[in-house]
Amino acid sequence: MTNGVNGTKVVGLGHYQPSKVLTNEDLAKMVDTNDEWIVSRVGIKERRIAEDETVADMATAAAEKALAASGLTAADIDYVIVATCTALDRTPNVASRVAAGLGIDAPAAIDINTACSGFPHAVATADHAIRAGAATNAIVVGVERLSDFTDWTDRSTCVLFGDGAGAVVLTATAPGEEPGVGPVVWGSVPEMSDAVRILGDHPYINQNGQSVFRWATTTLAPLARKAAESAGVKIEDVAAVVFHQANLRIIEGIAKRLGADNAVIARDIVESGNTSAASVPLALSKMVARGEIPSGAPVLLFAFGGGLTYAGQIIRCP
Amino acid sequence: MTRDEIREGLAEILEEVAGVNPDDAAEDKSFTDDLDVDSLSMVEVVVAAEERFDVKIPDDEVQNLKTVGDAVSFIEKAGK
Repeated sequence: MTNGVNGTKVVGLGHYQPSKVLTNEDLAKMVDTNDEWIVSRVGIKERRIAEDETVADMATAAAEKALAASGLTAADIDYVIVATCTALDRTPNVASRVAAGLGIDAPAAIDINTACSGFPHAVATADHAIRAGAATNAIVVGVERLSDFTDWTDRSTCVLFGDGAGAVVLTATAPGEEPGVGPVVWGSVPEMSDAVRILGDHPYINQNGQSVFRWATTTLAPLARKAAESAGVKIEDVAAVVFHQANLRIIEGIAKRLGADNAVIARDIVESGNTSAASVPLALSKMVARGEIPSGAPVLLFAFGGGLTYAGQIIRCP
Repeated sequence: MTRDEIREGLAEILEEVAGVNPDDAAEDKSFTDDLDVDSLSMVEVVVAAEERFDVKIPDDEVQNLKTVGDAVSFIEKAGK
């Protein structure tokens, strides 16, 4: 049996960043570091740090903007999925709080945790739910408040991370319309589960930087290319590439091997730092808002992180 | 392949990856202290060296490669 839905599309995007800016100069007053060192190692100039905003506040703010941009209303939404690894409460989940905050009545409300790769996982899961007939319109959020899990005395990690949220609204394509969300390429490397961690008995984010750098720059480009090809998009026709914003040198390393030579490459890390599951939708929403992505053009999302996990797909933005 | 040939290959990689002057890449030079190769550039050097010399240099081994000579010795042994 089929419900006649053969694809989904993005109809609205939104993002939220705290107003508090933490620059490299600010960090140099807190730990032994400097702007030149941080920029040359990871490419970050500044990041946003949450003050009063909770994870749910930021997720709700981004979701509200995406919903407003979509032309739909809260009454149309029946599925809310939030990717995060920094929710402080075990229950209620963040998705329930977003639904309550926006006045969405009786949606399926789900959080997922695949750390930094969460957003493309969540987009895929929402796409699947709509195509299966289990939902009609979904809000998909990536949100993170990593500042709660950052050791502000550790100069090797505290320069890397930031807080924020990004969201999209997904809806079914009309009959005969080309899908706006491509097939997901996803997977994990369980034997490297120790490489990125926020452990219960030591709740600060930590990672084996060299191992992650090597894994990301040597293995992910073919997987990202596969995500484009499986949507029927030639890599040279990709208009924009939004990798997880982990490190500018990883982004440039993967981009060099990817071959998306005509694409704009997202570099939001420079002004936002690594915001884990928020980084892809945050960078994407900002690029769309700035008019850097033509309507309907293929955009390649690809994220990777703790687990290790990875996921990516082609999407098209309004 | 002789030690000199390996060292010359490494010098080319170091120049491309980290902008090191090939004349500076002598066996006694420390990657970090003398040649200013940071930890991520070191990974790029290792990955390029694996491809060029057809050897495997595991993550755990990278931290033991302090000098150009250490890397030459490892590649020399691993290539046999």
